[in-house]
Amino acid sequence: METSFALTGKGYLIMAADTTSARSIVKMKVDEDKIKTLSPHLLMAYSGEPGDTIQFAEYVERNIRLYQIRNLYALRPAAAASWIRRAVAESLRSRKPYSVNLLLGGYDTATDDPHLYWVDYLGTMAEVPFAAHGYGSYFALSLLDRYHDPDATLEEGLATLKRCIDEVSKRLVVSPGAYKIKVVDKDGVREVEL
Amino acid sequence: MNSFVERYSATSAVGQLRKAQRLTEEEEEFSDAAWGSQAGFGNIMNGPPSFTVPNVRDPAAFLRLHTDDHADPNCRIKIQHGTTTLAFRFQGGVIVAVDSRATAGSYIASGTVKKVIEINPYLLGTMAGGAADCQYWETYLGMHCRLHELRNRERISVSAASKYLSNLVYSYKGMGLSMGTMICGWDKTGPAVFYVDSDGTRLKGDLFSVGSGSTLAYGVLDQGYRWDLTDEEAQELGRRSIYAAGHRDAFSGNTCNLYHIKQDGWTFIGNYDIAKMHYDGPGDVPGAPGGGYGYDVRLAAANSTEVAAA
Repeated sequence: METSFALTGKGYLIMAADTTSARSIVKMKVDEDKIKTLSPHLLMAYSGEPGDTIQFAEYVERNIRLYQIRNLYALRPAAAASWIRRAVAESLRSRKPYSVNLLLGGYDTATDDPHLYWVDYLGTMAEVPFAAHGYGSYFALSLLDRYHDPDATLEEGLATLKRCIDEVSKRLVVSPGAYKIKVVDKDGVREVEL
Repeated sequence: MNSFVERYSATSAVGQLRKAQRLTEEEEEFSDAAWGSQAGFGNIMNGPPSFTVPNVRDPAAFLRLHTDDHADPNCRIKIQHGTTTLAFRFQGGVIVAVDSRATAGSYIASGTVKKVIEINPYLLGTMAGGAADCQYWETYLGMHCRLHELRNRERISVSAASKYLSNLVYSYKGMGLSMGTMICGWDKTGPAVFYVDSDGTRLKGDLFSVGSGSTLAYGVLDQGYRWDLTDEEAQELGRRSIYAAGHRDAFSGNTCNLYHIKQDGWTFIGNYDIAKMHYDGPGDVPGAPGGGYGYDVRLAAANSTEVAAA
């Protein structure tokens, strides 16, 4: 089942999401990228109701881009997260809400530190040092409580992420096969392999 | 209170449909684009995508009540569900293969259904789920692909066409549409296959299968699939996979329709009887191994050659 993780470290943020698109018992696609790059230093992992996820992610992507075009500067992570949370909350009170869970991770170039926000489909938002969505969260959160270090180097951070992925593969019945992993730091966004 | 709000609200789905219907009734004139070709466009050109909805508070719930044959097998309207369709991309283009059975509950309503919808000479759509939904909206998509051509002096890409359809069905999400389709074609980027369903999901990929027999088709398709398949091998793989699903899935069968899309558009390869493929094979076609596909038939043939060899 859909799983995503994110964790912060010293001057960086790592985000990982599984790459399978399933319909009923069938994997329709095994290399789907479910992490959008919203701005040079902002990532968003999305999961939830099929259809809603992509429509919502593309809506957010375009609005964040529009802001950057109009104002020359991209929104900082905290401001972007507030805007996105509000988009979820307003849709919740509409006729047809978007059922989408999000992880928003960014690097604030003004204060030089990473920020991570956990947002669910009800519009709940929390700033956290690490986060997870989906069935994987039942295994990963306790693991991260035990092993996460906010001052860890990127190598140590990736090692902790690998622990999460390995634990989910080991214990979850319907564990996802592959993950896409992205890192954001002062140099921007890049994809990494474990 | 809710029903009252819904009836007069300008933003509710029902409200919007009613508004669209009013506009259609008022607008008798055809737009300039359709001048002189009213007959050709048929009722689809009759204004925006709108249709009569049941005059009840929640049309989606009404439809669900009368069509959901899991909850109530005795309901009056049964929607065609069982199907096997597949499409895959390879070195030589795109292969599209489908079965031809339509079922309504346990009854075989037809054995000669065309489940490949020919949108235009370069685009094919497949049909799984509600037959009417697929047929209507894919024909409607074809109309808009033609308009795109006229406006931009360029053929629409498969990606754009599939996104048009996915945005369209997404706007009707929760109102009872049921379709699982593959939009296949050849554009500037080469061969392309997109999976679009009524949830609003749209996926780009090399290989898809949709319908109740899809798992059975995947079993054969995944094992035989390679990018560098020859045209003959690919056509044979499509045929063999639909046979496999038609044989094992009760809701798929009768015949297999096979299409091949190349750079210069699609061609219809043929119609193959599944029972005949079981006993005798697809006949004298390129790529076929000779002999029936059926398990017993295949073993009998293997044994007889062994005896002959000994």
